[in-house]
Amino acid sequence: MEDLVNLFVKSIFIENMVFAYFLGMCSYLAVSKTVKTADGLGKAVIFVLTISVPINYLIDQYLLAPGALTWIGPQFQDVNLSFLTFIMFIAVIASMVQLVEMIVEKLSPTLYGSLGIFLPLIAVNCAILGGSLFMQQKDFVNTFESAVYGFGSGIGWYLAIVAIAAIREKITYSNIPDPLKGLGITFIITGLMALGFMSFMGIKI
Amino acid sequence: MSKEKEPFFSKKNRALLTDPLDDDNPITVQVLGICSALAITVKLEPAVVMTLSVIFVMAAGNVIVSILRNVIPTRIRIIVQLLVVATLVALVDQFLKAYAYDVSKQLAIFIGLIITNCIIMGRFEAFALGNGVWKSFLDGVGNAAGYGWILIVVAFVRELFGSGELWGVPVIPQFIYDLGYQDNGLMLLSPMALIVVGIYIWIQRYYNRKLIEKD
Repeated sequence: MEDLVNLFVKSIFIENMVFAYFLGMCSYLAVSKTVKTADGLGKAVIFVLTISVPINYLIDQYLLAPGALTWIGPQFQDVNLSFLTFIMFIAVIASMVQLVEMIVEKLSPTLYGSLGIFLPLIAVNCAILGGSLFMQQKDFVNTFESAVYGFGSGIGWYLAIVAIAAIREKITYSNIPDPLKGLGITFIITGLMALGFMSFMGIKI
Repeated sequence: MSKEKEPFFSKKNRALLTDPLDDDNPITVQVLGICSALAITVKLEPAVVMTLSVIFVMAAGNVIVSILRNVIPTRIRIIVQLLVVATLVALVDQFLKAYAYDVSKQLAIFIGLIITNCIIMGRFEAFALGNGVWKSFLDGVGNAAGYGWILIVVAFVRELFGSGELWGVPVIPQFIYDLGYQDNGLMLLSPMALIVVGIYIWIQRYYNRKLIEKD
């Protein structure tokens, strides 16, 4: 249990997707003009990460990793399919996004209304594929652990995008040199926020 | 076809190559492909390897998508495009593992992340789906080069000021250190990549006024 809490906090703050690894930067910069849209995209990312990381964990464990096919029969012991990782992961993510979109549309039209246009964008959000690829390097012991990791990373990403959107809403009232307006200042603020997030480094619970 | 054939390097085609370097730079103007640009720019070597990989994937991918553009059903084009990129990236990854293992270790998951590098999907959508093969090839090379240019500038600044080296070779002479100069360790931390890019954008827009954003 303690391990899980530790993993959760670590994936939100210390290994924050945006500030520590710069993942999902493109949509982070493009969709952070207002808090409302940032909130919608952030939620969609949490959603998809929480589902796709454990699924890719199972695929990695039972199909791709060296010796993973042993469950079919001992003769598959030496098979190593890990070169298929990228193609499998991205296919899972793309189809998951499609599936999630359909399910959400059916079950909760209000949620669909607020996530709507952001769901398709997520297939090409590098935070999602990044989450799965990091998961592959981390040697989790069970599916639940990987789900916690996915959920935590999603929350970290959500915090980052909502924070920058709030700052950008305020900053329209500031007097910034013309060439720095918009993109330039956003980069610099993100840099400063990332420096701030570095202070979480080494925290253990 | 009555249309006269365009020469291979007509003015319009040259613009496809040169525009992305400044006026239409993928990173600083189109805001595409930031993720990998920032994470691997601590040193020049991985930045250059990354640039070459992206040029390859981009050019080959644009050509393939452009060839297929009339057969791909619109509804599933995203998945088709992702598969094209994923296949090319898997090739690059295996190649690097075989011939440049150290660099491939340093780039780690960022080679895989070329797949979701939005420059690639962005150019597929915006250009390769609607243009001929040769044009798409030029567009691919041009955009990848514009991307690489930023990568190399940032890596140059960070390696020079962060560790006093270029391509792993010390370039700052000893007597400067003796005078009390110190390498700026802050440059090696990831947040500085963002700030360096921010400053680059500032300088670029100062000289290229038409890029300034109005609100």
